[in-house]
Amino acid sequence: MNDNNARRVVSVIVVNEASVLSRITDLFSGRGYNITSLTVAPIPESKYSRLTIVTSGSVRVIEQITKQLHKLIPVLRVYEHEDMVEKEMALIKFPISENLSDINTICEAYNGKIVNVGENVVIAMVSDEPKRIDNFLCAVKRYNPKEIVRSGAVALER
Amino acid sequence: MQISGAQMVIEALIAEGVDTVFGYPGGAIMNVYDAIYKQDKFRHILTRHEQAAVHAAEGYAKVSAKVGVAMITSGPGFTNAVTGLADAYMDSIPLVVISGQVPMSLIGTDAFQEIDAVGISRSCTKHNYLVTDAADLPRILKEAFYIARSGRPGPVHVDIPKDVTAQIAEYNYDIKLDLETYKPHTKGNPRQIKKAIQAIANSKRPVFYLGGGIINSNAADEVRELVHKTGIPAVETFMARGTLVHDDALLIGMLGMHGSYAANMAMSETDMVIALGARFDDRVTGKLSEFAKNATVIHVDIDPASISKLVNANFPIVGDIKNVVNDMLAQSSVIDAQNYEQWRETIINFNELHPLTYYEDSERLKPQWVIERVGELLGDDANISTDVGQHQMWTAQFYPFSRPRQFISSGGLGTMGFGFPAAIGVKAAAPEKTSINFTGDGSILMNCQELMTAVEKKLPVINIILNNNFLGMVRQWQTLFYDKRHSETDLSVQPNFVKLAEAFGGIGYRVTTKEEFDAALQDAIKKDVVAFIEVKVERFENVMPMVPSGGSLFNMMLLEKKESK
Ligand SMILES: Cc1ncc(C[n+]2csc(CCOP(=O)(O)OP(=O)(O)O)c2C)c(N)n1
Ligand SMILES: [Mg+2]
Repeated sequence: MNDNNARRVVSVIVVNEASVLSRITDLFSGRGYNITSLTVAPIPESKYSRLTIVTSGSVRVIEQITKQLHKLIPVLRVYEHEDMVEKEMALIKFPISENLSDINTICEAYNGKIVNVGENVVIAMVSDEPKRIDNFLCAVKRYNPKEIVRSGAVALER
Repeated sequence: MQISGAQMVIEALIAEGVDTVFGYPGGAIMNVYDAIYKQDKFRHILTRHEQAAVHAAEGYAKVSAKVGVAMITSGPGFTNAVTGLADAYMDSIPLVVISGQVPMSLIGTDAFQEIDAVGISRSCTKHNYLVTDAADLPRILKEAFYIARSGRPGPVHVDIPKDVTAQIAEYNYDIKLDLETYKPHTKGNPRQIKKAIQAIANSKRPVFYLGGGIINSNAADEVRELVHKTGIPAVETFMARGTLVHDDALLIGMLGMHGSYAANMAMSETDMVIALGARFDDRVTGKLSEFAKNATVIHVDIDPASISKLVNANFPIVGDIKNVVNDMLAQSSVIDAQNYEQWRETIINFNELHPLTYYEDSERLKPQWVIERVGELLGDDANISTDVGQHQMWTAQFYPFSRPRQFISSGGLGTMGFGFPAAIGVKAAAPEKTSINFTGDGSILMNCQELMTAVEKKLPVINIILNNNFLGMVRQWQTLFYDKRHSETDLSVQPNFVKLAEAFGGIGYRVTTKEEFDAALQDAIKKDVVAFIEVKVERFENVMPMVPSGGSLFNMMLLEKKESK
């Protein structure tokens, strides 16, 4: 990870209103920056929502984007995470013919389990640090996952 | 009170003290125009193009220090206005631009004259709104004006669907704004200011780097006082012209790509940059790594995103310039003006070595002479707008500005076609002053239809066309950096500018000598009608000094020295 391609996690608290998401993502796309993942949900009992954005790029540009985020009228706060707890969830569909007890055991190592059983497939859920989710997905490759969905990271500063 | 959305717009404009609206009607905004017809509290100036309406509102805002207002219809009306929004955004000009939109039920159906206006304006406004319920209009309009004028000013766009302007709802403008997420920081940190003042006192070769933020903050008086009290020499950016009086002994000159030798050298040799409302634009700094290389940087700005964006600030101070400069003044006694005596001498020597000048060595008039001459004749009595190109840079270099808000020019975006409509807005805001637009033979054609507006509304702007039969600034770069391949910049084929002005009911002059120029200017002022004064000027004159793009400020191309001026 060199200076020009640092991974950054930014949380943004915004007024929950139309168009606020595009205001935020425009700041990234306008600079040709990719958003690795983005999650949004309303903050309970408030008019605000919290976004967690994972991106990578030059530290300088990301700092600039953070300042510009502050400048947006509906933005209340911006956190550039340094020391955080970060989690992500993934759902994975496996053929029912695979070794389900192996799959379940591996899932347990990543805070998960099989959560749904259908006629032909099972769905497993895990939740862990994004890096560990990467590892998990590697480990279960041999069970022929048919579909994978990741939630994107959420983070809280310690 | 229960009124329509359209009436709410009128009531809100009146409540905001708006006396002039620039605009152009069309289907989606017709309800509002109907309400305009029925009122007599403000005047509406019909421009002949929506871009011009926004530029006129910018000129109006710049001179009056109020929020400029423009009104346009949906679709093509809006897209025509986008250049104006972008221009105001780049130069931090407070505007409220109201556009009509197709009715809510048709949004997203590719309806006639539908365009995602807020989607387009998002990246070139300070903020924007799509109004979906007339009940929100009072709050939204009040927020729009507040956001436009507060903090770092800028344009706010309000898009209103046609059914919302027809909708009846409760109107009450007497509301308290609750913008929890928008609280501009106007007071500088006192400890930081104290440390900064101490650092200035310890420096040997300090320079004030004055930017357009001073004008927006109406802080020129305070800045003048600070400069004089501390005896620290100052450079001005293009946007800051008029902050100091042109003949102030402490004003080194304008810096940047076409800055004076002394200003650029002072900036290169300084050990202390005191940036006030300036943003280290690439046209100002040249090669960034060499800019004020050995200097400590104090950066005062209302916009935290501007600080340390390009040059790292050792003393960042977020706040309104006026407040911060007042705080600095209160502590400035620790700074001893005597200490900089030698530094001031050095700068005087820089100025004597390569003064900002030109030579009258051609058959045709020199454009710089024309600008200086207008300065001699009108000086403080004129407000000066420009278009974009060589004539713009010469105006910034040679016009003797003496007050803030006297110079109105498109700095950040560099929009050809800005000058004439802006000058119309300037005249509307300040009728007692002569409104001059220095323009080029290229630029003037980009909004010349505004002759009609100026004639109709009796706004006698004097356009001085410095005709070099070239897109001169581009030609200059081609001459210098493209081995004289003058690709598509020769404007030998031209309209008859005199007849063009006359065709609209204005007055036209073509002059080739100094005597003719003086006579034309005096006549135009007397006739009090919009004028084109076409001055045939030397075709191949270059703007000097020049820092080639990306070069270091101290590596300037300079005027070749000759015997006589
Ligand atoms: C809308 C727009 N298009 C193109 C340009 C690029 N441009 C900058 S200066 C210039 C030449 C302007 O010519 P003129 O108005 O005759 O002024 P001069 O430089 O000759 O004084 C051009 C084409 C611009 N700034 N704005
Ligand atoms: Mg020209």
